[in-house]
Amino acid sequence: MNGAKVEFRGLRRQFGTTVALDGLDLTLEPGELVALLGPSGCGKTTALRCVAGFEHPDAGAVLVDGKDITRVPANRRETGMVFQSYSLFPNLSAIDNVGFGLRVRRMGPAQRRSRAQELLELVGLPTQGDRYPHQLSGGQQQRVALARALAVEPRVLLLDEPLSALDAKVRVQLREEIRRLQLTLGITTIFVTHDQEEALSVADRVAVLRDGRLEQVAEPPMLYDRPATPFVAEFVGTMNHVPGRISGSSVTVLGKLLPVDGEIPATPDVEVLIRPEAVLVSPDDEGRGLIVASSFRGSSVRLRVELSDGVELIADVPGHDSVRLAPGTRVSVDLVQRPVLVAAGAPREAATVTAEAVEAG
Amino acid sequence: MATVIIPPTEKVASVPKPRRVRVWRGVILLLALVYFAGPMLVSFLFTIDNHEQGWSLDAYGQIFSVEGFTQSLLLSLELGVSTIVLVLLLTLPAMLAVRLGAPRLRPVLEVVCTLPLVVPPITFVAGISTVLRWGPDYLADSPFYQTIIAVQNPSFPLVLVFAYVILALPFAYRAIDAGLAALDVRTLVEAARNLGASWPHVMFRVIVPNLRSGLASAAFLTLALVLGEFTVAQLLAFRTFPVWIVTISGSQAQVSVAVSVFSLLLSWLILLFVSYAGRKRR
Repeated sequence: MNGAKVEFRGLRRQFGTTVALDGLDLTLEPGELVALLGPSGCGKTTALRCVAGFEHPDAGAVLVDGKDITRVPANRRETGMVFQSYSLFPNLSAIDNVGFGLRVRRMGPAQRRSRAQELLELVGLPTQGDRYPHQLSGGQQQRVALARALAVEPRVLLLDEPLSALDAKVRVQLREEIRRLQLTLGITTIFVTHDQEEALSVADRVAVLRDGRLEQVAEPPMLYDRPATPFVAEFVGTMNHVPGRISGSSVTVLGKLLPVDGEIPATPDVEVLIRPEAVLVSPDDEGRGLIVASSFRGSSVRLRVELSDGVELIADVPGHDSVRLAPGTRVSVDLVQRPVLVAAGAPREAATVTAEAVEAG
Repeated sequence: MATVIIPPTEKVASVPKPRRVRVWRGVILLLALVYFAGPMLVSFLFTIDNHEQGWSLDAYGQIFSVEGFTQSLLLSLELGVSTIVLVLLLTLPAMLAVRLGAPRLRPVLEVVCTLPLVVPPITFVAGISTVLRWGPDYLADSPFYQTIIAVQNPSFPLVLVFAYVILALPFAYRAIDAGLAALDVRTLVEAARNLGASWPHVMFRVIVPNLRSGLASAAFLTLALVLGEFTVAQLLAFRTFPVWIVTISGSQAQVSVAVSVFSLLLSWLILLFVSYAGRKRR
């Protein structure tokens, strides 16, 4: 299977007064896995459905290997799709589900069966072929759905939040397997998700969408470290916004001088964007910070620290420090010595998001 | 000792309540049984009561030899099957299209399909016979007139099929709607389309197999309706099974009741078959 190049060109789709896609431009290289990430209603699923042919754009085009497929009916698109809800045909056994697309393509029964069996082995269900969907667990059903989509050797694999109905553990396991399979087969894949961790962990590149527009598309480490817009900074991971003062090519923040990464705004008073894991907290009776809330997550603890000048910070510390850093503890606060992003002015929405982040956990 | 005695007294105190409930259940079940089984039992006793020889099953033996039985039953069955085919062909694609393409029209479709329930058959048949009398003689050579004649062919009155399709709409709609509600139709259709299936393929290999029980009960309800419908057939003067039963009841009362009991058993058999066919996969 060889991956195809997929292009979205100025894709626009409107439902009544809601604009789902507002001029989306994005290109996927052959064999690449791109995650479409964004809050609900950002148009990511609509974009995917435009590739599958279930949604027709009002303007713009979808190209596969340079060929415009915008007007091609859904059943001639050679895409393989895995849906968010369980989509196996209830009247067919797992192996017949996998063979459905082959049957449509008039492959003989014997050949069909052996090919379907091959695919079931590929997704790790070699012995479950005779079971019916209602006899399979959610994770198994999605594996069969994946095998079914791959059976027809699609040029593009479309994953529409395939893991969101599954338990946390199965979700992590299956997403790693999807990635492994995708790399082995070299199939171009679009993975729609609202879970940023999922997007960052499996994708070659992550495209962040907002209100039907592309905010940023970048490799995961790049996206996390260098968010292009305040929206991306907030949506991918959590950001602290701390007032700072520019001096030359550095910025003074919380009494520390750090080099500035990227553009330097014209105004000297800026917002410095700092990841929670870059905030260092240690118990100190004389410290200027007070821990006001803490939420335990096993491997880490997220703390909300209030500084004497009213600034609130979110800090992630290792889980074993949760006792030492209980709410009510006075602490001293330091920052990791590395370049930081700064933004002029104070985006108001950012402040509220930051405050919610601890409660929502 | 005291600690041993206490638990039993507690048990005794808690038992009477469920028992009383159980007694009432039994009473209600008995009442329902009398209400439903009583008339059938009386009908059956009437058919086997013979003044000269005491009890005998003669009436049942006579059923098949009475003139018109086979003819009218076959006519009703043919009408039933045609009605089923037509009503399913009309409702299923329409309901799918509305569900997939225009969900906002669902209440409209529902009202339209349920409307025949509130129209009394007598009103309905009055309308039909008025329409059938529209063809004046000077139009005798026109296709319109011939159509009106053709739909009234006594050996297979198409006009009854059309009438029964309307009468069966509410039942077919309800049964199919319940079947569709149990499926994620949109996802199944999209999954099949994505795998390359054409629309007919989606319909016959994906939707119909998964709607078996809904379609089966729609078919059964329609058949039951057609086998029992009297008003329309009688007033348009066609000799269907129920009309025939009423006709012979004047001359051979016992046989006519025997036929009724027989047709009741027949519909039970069909019902059993249908529910078996619908449940097979589960």
